[in-house]
Amino acid sequence: MPEAHAGLHLRVAQHAPIPLEAQIDCAPGETLALVGPSGSGKSTILRCIAGLHAAGEGRIVCGADTWFDTSAGIDRTPQARSTGLVFQSYALFPHLTALGNVTAAMSHRPPAERDRRGRELLHRVHLEGLEARRPAELSGGQQQRVAVARALARDPQVLLLDEPFSAVDQVTRQKLYRELSELRRTLALPIVLVTHDLDEAAMLADRMSILHRGRTLQTGTPREVRTRPADPLVASLVDVRNVFDARVVALAGGVRGLEWQGRLLEATVPSHFATGERVAWCIPMAGVRLKRRDRAAEPDRENPVDGQVSECVTLGEDTTLALRVDGLPAPLWLRLSTHIAERDEIRLGTALHVCLLAEALHVMPWRDAAEGTDP
Amino acid sequence: MDGTALVLSLQLASATVVLLLPVGLIVARALAWRRFTGRRWVEAALALPLVLPPTVLGFYLLVAFGAGSPLGQAFEALTGSTLAFSFAGLLVASLVVNLPFAIQPMQRAFEAIPDDVRAAAACCGMSPWRIFTRIELPLAWSGVLSAMVLTFAHTLGEFGVVLMVGGSIPGETKTISIAIYDRMQAFDASGAATMAAVLLACSLVAIAIAYSTSRPRVRTAA
Repeated sequence: MPEAHAGLHLRVAQHAPIPLEAQIDCAPGETLALVGPSGSGKSTILRCIAGLHAAGEGRIVCGADTWFDTSAGIDRTPQARSTGLVFQSYALFPHLTALGNVTAAMSHRPPAERDRRGRELLHRVHLEGLEARRPAELSGGQQQRVAVARALARDPQVLLLDEPFSAVDQVTRQKLYRELSELRRTLALPIVLVTHDLDEAAMLADRMSILHRGRTLQTGTPREVRTRPADPLVASLVDVRNVFDARVVALAGGVRGLEWQGRLLEATVPSHFATGERVAWCIPMAGVRLKRRDRAAEPDRENPVDGQVSECVTLGEDTTLALRVDGLPAPLWLRLSTHIAERDEIRLGTALHVCLLAEALHVMPWRDAAEGTDP
Repeated sequence: MDGTALVLSLQLASATVVLLLPVGLIVARALAWRRFTGRRWVEAALALPLVLPPTVLGFYLLVAFGAGSPLGQAFEALTGSTLAFSFAGLLVASLVVNLPFAIQPMQRAFEAIPDDVRAAAACCGMSPWRIFTRIELPLAWSGVLSAMVLTFAHTLGEFGVVLMVGGSIPGETKTISIAIYDRMQAFDASGAATMAAVLLACSLVAIAIAYSTSRPRVRTAA
């Protein structure tokens, strides 16, 4: 007798055609983002859930229903799984109207109800008045809304979104983000969102799962994953640039810290790391703070570091700086508001004095991030 | 104007279309979406009637229909008559000759349907039959219509294979193309001209229909 799961539970593994070794859980009302680079298996996992791809082995359970279980020989067809899938291309039926697309997914309802329910769903995604239009007569954002309405038309047990915002412009995307946020508050079903955009995942998801070469490396809240990556590979995948190696040492006063390129760093070192052990550490750019010139006389805060600006990239309101620090093979990155960079006349070659906030400094097991990256 | 030959040609063309349509749909869908070993060889074999001289094709069909072949023997055992030089033989030959005309337009039309659209239909809970009737067939309709029209027109105009397999038996195997040839042999140019005009008109209409329906109905969503 299989145990009942609330929400969606997936565990799949295979060697070919795409290697997979993934496990995800998504509770009703929760949005889980699958994040990873192209080819990391995100969409394949979504297709496994929808029944469009059968993994070599594994189990997929939604609520009390087992959809896939290789040990029990269960592999239900897409028709027998109640999923609502929004494809990256939307995959609308080009010969049907918006309403026709939505009602096409309502074979489980009596024919007399379908038209009314289809109009309700189109109203819910703000497409009232466009029911008779065909996909080619709709904008990208409108097509995406039809795809969402069609996915919901099946009264699914799980909603699957495969990079649903990748084909629309930035303005439309921001609008669709807000609409999806509103919509998910009203849906008490698990939502799995595939995206390669970390900011999108952080904005829309309750938790995110980092995927690499088909493996789920870490799952947690977006803040956890981005500030406390499990290892250097996850750090590189969530765009944490400041990843270095160090050794755990005992500091004065009986506390432990890190020895990094001849410097001693204050940090919270978890107890499972032994003193003397080689570790990796990272710090988000927001954890690298610039010491203000007008307060040059104030005592150093934790972990002072001096360096010279070796790269300066201004993108709108943010300026990203690479700081070359003596003895370091890689630069230390920090981000400032552009107006501060301009006020302090920071440019290439400027000498800077920064602090590494001990609370933002995260210690990880040592592992070369390059080991896991694509050649 | 040989009315009997015209009626026989129309009967042959209609029967060819009706019988080839389901076969063509099944084969075209399989070739469009299934990946199997030897697929290219199957495609090449099905396209062979396009390039093979009609006399060569007619020769092999005649051999296959003969009393010495398993097919000819089986047909004779079942019906008591021979397959060669009969309407049934002509029909079988017509089916073989028209395979590429029936399959290729349909295959191209099915190939033009994005995989995601078919997957979306399955995720919408539609049964395979419903996906075929509600999604695939409407989207591939232009290709299916082109295939039917081309097959019909090509059967009306087929000459070499018909002459090899069926000869020229009035009311049985003498089609309008053979009748035109017979009229010319008999120096009846006006009789040949009337029938040639009928065939010309049929072909023109067929090509016009095929061209007007050849615009793809599947557009990218973006």
